Amino acid sequence: MSLLAFTAFVAVGSFGAGLLGSLTGLGGGMVVVPMLTVLFHVDLRYAIGASLVSVIATSSGAAAAYVREGYTNVRVGIFLEVATTTGALTGAAVAGFVPTSALAVLFGLVLLYTAFRSLQSVQEHTSTRPSHPWATRLRLDGTYPADGAMRPYSVQAVPTGFFLMFVAGVLSALLGIGSGAIKVLAMDRVMQLPFKVSTTTSNFMIGVTAAASAGVYLHRGYIDPAIATPVMLGVLLGALLGARILSRARVTWLRTIFTVVVCALAAEMLYKGISGAL
Amino acid sequence: MNAPRWTDHDVEQAVGRVLQVGVLVAAAVAIGGALGMLAQHARLPADFHVFRGGTSPLGSLRAIGRGAAAGDSRAIAQLAIVLLIATPVARVALTVGAFILQRDRLYAGMATLVFALLLSSLLWGGGR
Repeated sequence: MSLLAFTAFVAVGSFGAGLLGSLTGLGGGMVVVPMLTVLFHVDLRYAIGASLVSVIATSSGAAAAYVREGYTNVRVGIFLEVATTTGALTGAAVAGFVPTSALAVLFGLVLLYTAFRSLQSVQEHTSTRPSHPWATRLRLDGTYPADGAMRPYSVQAVPTGFFLMFVAGVLSALLGIGSGAIKVLAMDRVMQLPFKVSTTTSNFMIGVTAAASAGVYLHRGYIDPAIATPVMLGVLLGALLGARILSRARVTWLRTIFTVVVCALAAEMLYKGISGAL
Repeated sequence: MNAPRWTDHDVEQAVGRVLQVGVLVAAAVAIGGALGMLAQHARLPADFHVFRGGTSPLGSLRAIGRGAAAGDSRAIAQLAIVLLIATPVARVALTVGAFILQRDRLYAGMATLVFALLLSSLLWGGGR
């Protein structure tokens, strides 16, 4: 394949990944790595580098809009970023020692988990129990816009949430993904933040998490501009278009398609990992 | 608690602006770099099956800056990626400033720690 054809195909594929990722809320990064490795036979390290770059682009683009809406809890974000950046730097430090086959299997499992989560219904809830003592000391409690008023919420299980965020950071670096599903799990399910606060704060943190390992990978040569540039531009354009047409799109149907795609990619990654073909 | 000159709302607006401008500038530079790469190497074979990153000349900020200044399209595209990685770092720096203005020592400290980790990663590859 010539560079021209490679650039064109990768850009179009990334555009589709960004579009579907933004319409379904699952993020395009999950699909970029399997697409590059399985379809375009790109080395896993280049694929991870390019994917991280696209994750920074989309999360920064989206966070710019969300922060202004008042859902993002900036204190929770900064506090948990301590965990995700430490996790990401740990992940980047050990990435060179983890065999490719193990990474592929891990990737497959995370993909399956994300697909599983996307099929579950979302429940908006607010915890009214007294906050965890750490949350009180760190002033993590907040308010968010609901039913035309600012509704207060409390924050639970801070140590468990912090630890899960460290894991999210490690996985983000090892697999080149935003780890949005795990971040939302930690905030929504464990720390009992309202769902909308969890997703927007997760998005706020994803760019910082990805930047931590992307810096290390840049110096290690994982980021090749010939791959990362079309991926970044394609995903970004797709995500921007997705955000524009989100209100008009039939999301349930798209979500089913995307879940099927994610499951197929998960199976492919698991197979390649176990058979050592990657 | 809040300094009257800079409210939470102002901080949120500024954070949103930094992220937006960072992404737009990076995307514009990336388009320039991509067009340049295609203009020069469109017919070259694209083979990324084997990892050669260990010997990549675009693995240090100094080399990227020098190459981009000399008009090398690969270095310009890589510069766009550096700008993109720097965008969330700038956002964290802004948050540090905001917490200092709000006299919130605890969070200014936490944000500074995150900023230091990010900066060491971007400038020196995490202290290798």
